[in-house]
Amino acid sequence: MTDSERHDFDVVVIGAGGAGLRAAIEARQAGARTALVCKSLLGKAHTVMAEGGIAAALSNVWPQDNWEVHFRDTMRGGKMLNNWRMAQIHALEAPDRVLELEEWGALFDRTADGRILQRDFGGHRYARLAHVGDRTGLEMIRALQHRAVSIGVDVFMECKIVRLLQDDAGAVNGAVGFWRESGGFVTFGAKAVVIATGGLGKAWKFTTNSWECTGDGMALALWAGADLIDMEAIQFHPTGMVWPPSARGLLVTEGVRGDGGVLKDRDGERFMFNYISPFFAAETASSIEEADQWYGNKVDFRRPPELLPRDEVARAINSEVKAGRGSPHGGVFLDIASRRTPEEIRRLLPSMYHQFKQLADIDITTTPMEVGPTCHYAMGGVRVEADTEETTVTGLYCAGEAAGGMHGSNRLGGNSLSDLVVFGRRAGASAAARALAGPGRVEISEAQVSEVVRHATFYLDNEGTEDSYAVHRELQETMQDLVGIIRVETELLQAREKLIELAARASKCTVEGGPRFNPGWHLALDLESMLAVSNCTTLSAIERKESRGGHTRDDYPGFSPEFENINMVTRLVGGEYVLTKEPKPQMPDELAKLFAEEVH
Amino acid sequence: MAIDTEPAAVTPPSVPADLPAQDLVMRLWRGDANGGRFVDYSLPPQEGEVVLDVVHRIQATQAPDLAVRWNCKAGKCGSCSAEVNGKPALMCMTRMSTLPTDQPITISPMRAFPIMRDLVTDVSYNFEVAKRIPAFRPRPRDPDGLYRMAQVDIDRGQEFHKCIECFLCQNVCHVVRDHEENKLHYAGPRFFVRLAELEMHPLDTLDRRDYIRREMGIGYCNITKCCTEVCPEEIHITDNAIIPLKERVVDAHYDPIAWLGRKITGRPAPSPAEQAWEFTGAAHAQPPAEVGRGGPPAFEPGEHGPGA
Repeated sequence: MTDSERHDFDVVVIGAGGAGLRAAIEARQAGARTALVCKSLLGKAHTVMAEGGIAAALSNVWPQDNWEVHFRDTMRGGKMLNNWRMAQIHALEAPDRVLELEEWGALFDRTADGRILQRDFGGHRYARLAHVGDRTGLEMIRALQHRAVSIGVDVFMECKIVRLLQDDAGAVNGAVGFWRESGGFVTFGAKAVVIATGGLGKAWKFTTNSWECTGDGMALALWAGADLIDMEAIQFHPTGMVWPPSARGLLVTEGVRGDGGVLKDRDGERFMFNYISPFFAAETASSIEEADQWYGNKVDFRRPPELLPRDEVARAINSEVKAGRGSPHGGVFLDIASRRTPEEIRRLLPSMYHQFKQLADIDITTTPMEVGPTCHYAMGGVRVEADTEETTVTGLYCAGEAAGGMHGSNRLGGNSLSDLVVFGRRAGASAAARALAGPGRVEISEAQVSEVVRHATFYLDNEGTEDSYAVHRELQETMQDLVGIIRVETELLQAREKLIELAARASKCTVEGGPRFNPGWHLALDLESMLAVSNCTTLSAIERKESRGGHTRDDYPGFSPEFENINMVTRLVGGEYVLTKEPKPQMPDELAKLFAEEVH
Repeated sequence: MAIDTEPAAVTPPSVPADLPAQDLVMRLWRGDANGGRFVDYSLPPQEGEVVLDVVHRIQATQAPDLAVRWNCKAGKCGSCSAEVNGKPALMCMTRMSTLPTDQPITISPMRAFPIMRDLVTDVSYNFEVAKRIPAFRPRPRDPDGLYRMAQVDIDRGQEFHKCIECFLCQNVCHVVRDHEENKLHYAGPRFFVRLAELEMHPLDTLDRRDYIRREMGIGYCNITKCCTEVCPEEIHITDNAIIPLKERVVDAHYDPIAWLGRKITGRPAPSPAEQAWEFTGAAHAQPPAEVGRGGPPAFEPGEHGPGA
């Protein structure tokens, strides 16, 4: 079985969302033979779910905007935990990446004079998100997909990578996976590997994430010896659908609020004015009158509190529901119907209109939506060098949601799509540079390959007693209940115990049926990744004894100066998860100055 | 409009009155390329479910190896295409409440593609066609490094870009649904949409018209609108993509002859309305020859699709 199929490339990119596609394009354009390996069909990655837009200081709508303002918004949104250099590169390069998408065929909505239109989003001082209605991710993935195919990137679809391969010195030199269709194994030899596998939301019960988001790349990197950082920082998007039950967690784009939608409690009161933290008070409107004028005049008025960063809004909604002021199905009301005409709503938010109409039988042009927080995004991830996206393992690069640092402890809406293309490009360039400078065909250890195959097929032959679906369900409940939006030490410790139990049970999974397109088997393997990242998240959450961004501790409310400059670093040492607190990189003075200036 | 301020503290019952009291019977196709059969699964109904939810429940409780392809469960990725009671649809966007539950609900894989396993089909044909589409080739940017396009000039392109590549249109297109051999020289509705989007892109500089005629087989389409009917994104595939594409193709290829013909007969060119005649149930019996201005689409006699 081990010698059946092998492909050799200069660069192998794992994951075909925005970051993976952009990395593959860059590597291919640099002349590297490039493979793109993905768990689903090409073009189905979770990037298609991104709705609102791609943040870039193009200054098309507000000439006052520039990279420094974007940088500042991003750092403040991340509660200053961001890797400053990544945030700087991101703000500087995002406009070029957006224009490049246009050059590859993307059709963004236009301004009256024919340039790219930009929309408002939470935490962004100016209207900054290039968008296509509310299906920007789809537009982006198609443009990248067509580009990748047209320049000869080799695409390997419905292939799950199980483990990375490493040479004697520890450098990554390949990967082993299997075809979902046949269950047959395949070995990729590579001079450099890029991980671009996205997030880990499927470890939680209510999530916007698709089945693929099981933390595979973070786990692959961890198993290869890489560091993960700030895994406690999980973003709960404030507005997911809460009804019907089967649609619970589905994303309702922040574009609804960017385009004027407001949050109301069951009595119709705009409650966000009660939740303006001191950190944002200077830049947030204090009255409805001021807030409503901001849409047309961003210079003289401050932004509405509905457009505070996501962590703030999610906590506010959580509090309202807990206080008994929520909507009938345990959320709050998101009202665009009273703010925009039906025609505008259908034009600006066609997918949302469609989604509510079809799944909940609700017409959002006449009726407020019911929304509540849902697990959305991992700010933490694989630790990378800011300029090259190289991980702490030689030959291994990482970009997109799988990587950590860029977003600090909370990501601003719209900064994800731009992250994907900015750092996808850099990861692809770095990987290609290493590959093209290196020697010829890599030597792969057959013993390593055999071991991976033996491990992966174990579940098929196992005489165990556990079922992967049941273990997954318990993992989701554990993470939802004990490592959710509001955390407390006693529950986090419980979660850690439970994860040990679940890992033991997961190793006893037995799979019914054979290796051919068998979702029960795929889930057993995905569970390994989800358990690994859940452990890192829980461990980091226990140790960060403060509340910051996407990590809220009921027992440690508020920032702690002790943790302000600390990254939570998790790695595997001798099979054990080990956490160290390490100082984050310090911003140079000329950038630090931006934060001393008057906010408003 | 005013928000509903009625305090509604009452939690809705877990099984509302409109749910059927008896168990659902789901009749799923199980098997592979070598054959298979329908298997019935019974399970209690739950509130607000879509077909994919029920399939997932069967997977989690009764048939853990049931193969089904899905990703987003929100109608945005186009992975979970199947035939629900014989009707091509996305399983994630088909609410159970829209289906009669007094009889088994049948779920079968898309028919136009080879079966991999259970509800999963081999859709690689589509990815092969995609590779053969001549890529976007934009004009240079304006001197300031930007491109300018009016919104009105990209509205149509944006409609085409809504395509989620669920391939339901390819599945129902009778040119390939029952004629595997046509896949060799026929791109199908999804890729006519793609080609139309490129041809109508304000920045594109490449002329693909001859290629579309010769290599993409646009002449095979006899505009029965089956593709338009099943499009979950409600793209007007036939009217907005295929017919204009056919017109452009014949403009490029046939215009001089048509011009000569009109000179000789003295007949005016047909109006757009005449070109785009609406098909009804008898559509498949109609010859494709009348489509477009100036003569039949270009394919060899005896090589055409099932409709002709």
